[in-house]
Amino acid sequence: MFLQLFFGYCALMIVASGLLAISLRNPVHCVLMVLVLFFHMAGLYLTLNAEFLAAVQIIVYAGAILVLYLFVLFLVSLREELHLTAFVPNAWLGRIIATGLAVSLVAIVPAFNLGEKGVWTVDAIRRATHTKALGQEMFTTCLLPFEIAGLILLVALIGGLVLARRDESYACQGECSGPGPAASCKEGRQ
Amino acid sequence: MIPLSWYMALAAILFCIGVCGFLTRRNVILMFLSIELMLNGVNLNLVALSHFLDSVRGQAFTFFIITVAAAEAAIGLGIAIALYRSRRSVHVDTINHLKG
Repeated sequence: MFLQLFFGYCALMIVASGLLAISLRNPVHCVLMVLVLFFHMAGLYLTLNAEFLAAVQIIVYAGAILVLYLFVLFLVSLREELHLTAFVPNAWLGRIIATGLAVSLVAIVPAFNLGEKGVWTVDAIRRATHTKALGQEMFTTCLLPFEIAGLILLVALIGGLVLARRDESYACQGECSGPGPAASCKEGRQ
Repeated sequence: MIPLSWYMALAAILFCIGVCGFLTRRNVILMFLSIELMLNGVNLNLVALSHFLDSVRGQAFTFFIITVAAAEAAIGLGIAIALYRSRRSVHVDTINHLKG
């Protein structure tokens, strides 16, 4: 009974903060709503006996990715964002598509039936501890995807560096070559 | 015990909230944020299925999805910064130079 109540609370908060995240005007408020959503998602992972993933969800998603979003939001102009319209001109089309997709997906759910079960029952995981079970799966069956994931992170690191670097060669010559505001370089570039 | 269908319905709804945000927001950064919502919906589905199927493979997949989400956020936000530097705007409907 407690589990059902906890699930209901988490589901309600997830749906509500998700809806607020896509409809609020201020982008910083949207990111904070997604933060609330991630915390409740970690709570749902706890009900599924995935403690390690709940920790990873909070550390990586809430701690790293959302902070990155906040930094980038502060780099672009936030002040004029508050006075502009937040939605594309025909937003109702997108809403209709999303609602239709939601209705059809939820309607399909009862038709799903489970496949054959694996070896990691709750008791087996509890005996071996969750992290060890996950590590065994990751470093034996999923070893090659694990290596590829490391490569993807390297690509993201280098790509992020290259993309966010300021192009000194043609952007700023002469007086604005220093670390001045980017707005003063605009004439020199065009 | 919570039935599997509750988790799957919640995951589907979360995914569709992400779709709605992606299709309606003007700001590129908030579109990326909507993609994160969609990825979270998929993650919830994978973790729930891995619990109900007595297998940890779904959770291993969730790790890879989190990795890809981090990479996507880094690259996408780098592109957003580059876009803001050259166009002074991060709104998708102002980036229409291919339209002619």
